[in-house]
Amino acid sequence: MNSTVFAPWDDPQAKPLIQFRNVSKRFGAFTAIDNLSLDIYEREFFALLGPSGCGKTTMMRMLAGFETPTEGHILLSGQDIDPIPPNKRAVNMMFQSYALFPHLSIWENIAFGLRRDRMPKAELEARVEEMLRLTRLEQFARRKPHQISGGQRQRVALARSLAKAPKLLLLDEPLGALDKKLRQDTQFELMDIQEKTGTTFVIVTHDQEEAMTVASRVAVMDQGKLMQVATPDRIYETPNSVYVADFIGDVNIIEGRATAQGDESYRIDWAEGQPPLTASSPTSLSNGQGCHLAIRPEKVTISAERPAEAINAIQGKVHDIAYLGNLSTYHVELANGTIIKAQTANTRRISRRSFTWEDPVWLSWTATAAVLLEN
Amino acid sequence: MRRAVLIAIPYVWLLALFLVPFLIVLKISLSDTALAIPPYTPTLDLSAGWAGIREFFGQLDLENFVWLTEDDLYWKAYLSSVKIALISTLLTLLVGYPIAYAMARAPEEWRPTLMMLVILPFWTSFLIRVYAWMGILSNEGYLNQLLLWTGIISTPLTILNTNTAVYIGIVYTYLPFMILPIYSALERMDGSLIEAAEDLGCSRLQAFWLITIPLSRPGIIAGCFLVMIPVIGEFVIPSLLGGSGTLMIGKVLWEEFFSNRDWPVASAVAVILLLILVIPIVLFQRNQQKQAEADQ
Repeated sequence: MNSTVFAPWDDPQAKPLIQFRNVSKRFGAFTAIDNLSLDIYEREFFALLGPSGCGKTTMMRMLAGFETPTEGHILLSGQDIDPIPPNKRAVNMMFQSYALFPHLSIWENIAFGLRRDRMPKAELEARVEEMLRLTRLEQFARRKPHQISGGQRQRVALARSLAKAPKLLLLDEPLGALDKKLRQDTQFELMDIQEKTGTTFVIVTHDQEEAMTVASRVAVMDQGKLMQVATPDRIYETPNSVYVADFIGDVNIIEGRATAQGDESYRIDWAEGQPPLTASSPTSLSNGQGCHLAIRPEKVTISAERPAEAINAIQGKVHDIAYLGNLSTYHVELANGTIIKAQTANTRRISRRSFTWEDPVWLSWTATAAVLLEN
Repeated sequence: MRRAVLIAIPYVWLLALFLVPFLIVLKISLSDTALAIPPYTPTLDLSAGWAGIREFFGQLDLENFVWLTEDDLYWKAYLSSVKIALISTLLTLLVGYPIAYAMARAPEEWRPTLMMLVILPFWTSFLIRVYAWMGILSNEGYLNQLLLWTGIISTPLTILNTNTAVYIGIVYTYLPFMILPIYSALERMDGSLIEAAEDLGCSRLQAFWLITIPLSRPGIIAGCFLVMIPVIGEFVIPSLLGGSGTLMIGKVLWEEFFSNRDWPVASAVAVILLLILVIPIVLFQRNQQKQAEADQ
C-alpha cells in the first residue's frame, strides 16, 4: 500500500477529474447554483452536504446531464461535458428512489446498462456476476425488485450504477431510505466498494454524520454557494463560518468583541458581568471587531471547583442533562441566562454521576479549543 | 354460514342476470321459427307432464347452427366484425396512448381538468353524439365544408356510410375506455425510471420502448379489451354511420330479429357471438389476475 496520505487537492500538479468553472444555474427567477467553482479529484469520495434546497441535488443533476448550467462550464477530465447528453456520459447515478426497473429481475437490472453498450454476451454475464458478488446479491439475481428488502434494493441500485465502470459515480442520498443501524453498516460497505473499484464517488446528503464518515472531502453548501470545502476533520475543527460550525455537529456560539493581546491571541468581551474570554486565532482581527466564538461541547470541561490553571472559566448551574448512553450533554445556564453545552464521556456508571440538576458548576476550556470567527 | 351467503349473493346475481337469459336465448336458438307468438316452436307445456317435457326436448335441434355455416353471410359478418374490432382497437390505441401519455406528463394541477375533458362526452347521450358525427361527415357536412373552404379538396369527400365513418365513430366513442387505463398505468410510473434508463445509456426513444411501454402494458391490455369486446357486437355505430357495405354481426343480428322476425336464427347468431367474446374476456380476466399477483 502507498503510505502517503491521499490528498490530491493539496498537490498543485494533480489534475482534477471534475471542474466546475463559475457555474450558475437558474430556474426562472430562482438561483439554484450561484457562480460556483469546484475541483474534484480522481478516486475521491466527495460529499455535497447541505440543507434541502441548497442546490446540492442540482449540482449532481448537472454532473449526470439532466440539467445544463445557465452560465459557466463543467469539465470532466478536462473536456467540457455541457453538450453531452446523459446517455453518452461516462457518469452513472444512483437515484434516491433507487429507480430499479420493476419489470426486470435483479440480474436484468444490473445488465441493463451493459446491454445498451452491446457488450458481448460472455463478457456481460461475467460483469453482472462480478457486480452481484461485489454487492453480495448472488442468491437474489432472479428476483424482481419488489421481492427483496430495502437494503438489498439499495445494493442493486449500487451494482447497477457501478456495472458500466463509470469514471464518476453519483449517489443521491443513497442511504436515506434505510434505518439507522443498516445505514451505518452500509456506509462502511460503500467505502469498501469505493476503495475496491477505485471509482470517484460524489455523494449528496443532508446527513452530516454520513458525509463525515464516508467522504474524503466535504463541501458544505448553502443557498447555491459553497460555504467550505475541506476534509471532515478540518470542517469540524476549523469551520470558516458560523454557518458551517453550526451545521456540522453541536456547537456553542458566543458573540463578542475581539481585542488583540499579543501574538495571535485575542481577548473577547462578550457579556456584562462575565469575565472576558481568551482565544487564539491565526486570522487577524482589528480591535473592537465583532466576532463569534465557536466551541464544541466536548471541548468544554465541567467541574465543581474552578480549575486553577484554566484560561477560560465561567460559572453557571446545570439546567438540563441529556443522557445519550455513551455521552452526557450538560446544558449549563450562566448568570445572564446564556446556555452553554458541555459534553462528557460517561466512563463511570450513571449512579456515580458527579453533577445533577441545579448544581453550581464551572465550565472551562483552553485558548485553542474555540474557533474565532469574523462577523 | 355467513361466508356462504356472502359468496352466494354475487352468484345468484350472475345466475339471474346472465345465466338465465343466456339459457333462454340458447333454447330459442335450438327451436324452429313459427308464425305464432312467440314466433318459435316448441314452447314448454308443463301441463302435459313428463311426456310434454320429453316432446319439448325432442323437438330441439342444431338446425339453425348448421344454417349459419351454410349461408356465408354469417361467417363473413363475424369475420368482418372481428376485423373492424381489431383495426379500430389499434386505431384507438394509436390515438389514445399519446393522449394518456401527455395527460400523465402534464403538470399535476392540470390533470383533473384533462381527465374531466376525457370523461365529458359521457354526459351527452351516446346516440346524439353519433348523430352529430353524421352531421359532420355527410357530403354537405361541416368537415367537407371546411375542406372545400380551405381549398384542400375541390369535390366533397364521401365519408358517411363507409367503413371509414364507422372507424371514426368507434375511435371517437371508445377513446375514453382506452385512455383511462393507460393513463392510470403511466401516472403511477416513477419519473426517475426514465432518467435512470437514460443515465444507463438509453436514448429517449429506447427508454420509452424499454421502460415506459412495458410498464404501461397492463393499461394497454385493459384498454384494448375494453374497446375490442363491445366493438365486436357493436350495432348503433355501423347502422348509423356505416353503409350497405359495412358488414357487422350486430347489424345482422338486429335484422334477423326485427326485419326477418327469425328469432331462432338470431339467437343462434347471438350464441356464437357470445362464444367469440368469451375468449378475449377470459384472456382479459387472466391478465387482470396476473397483474394482481404481480402487484403483491
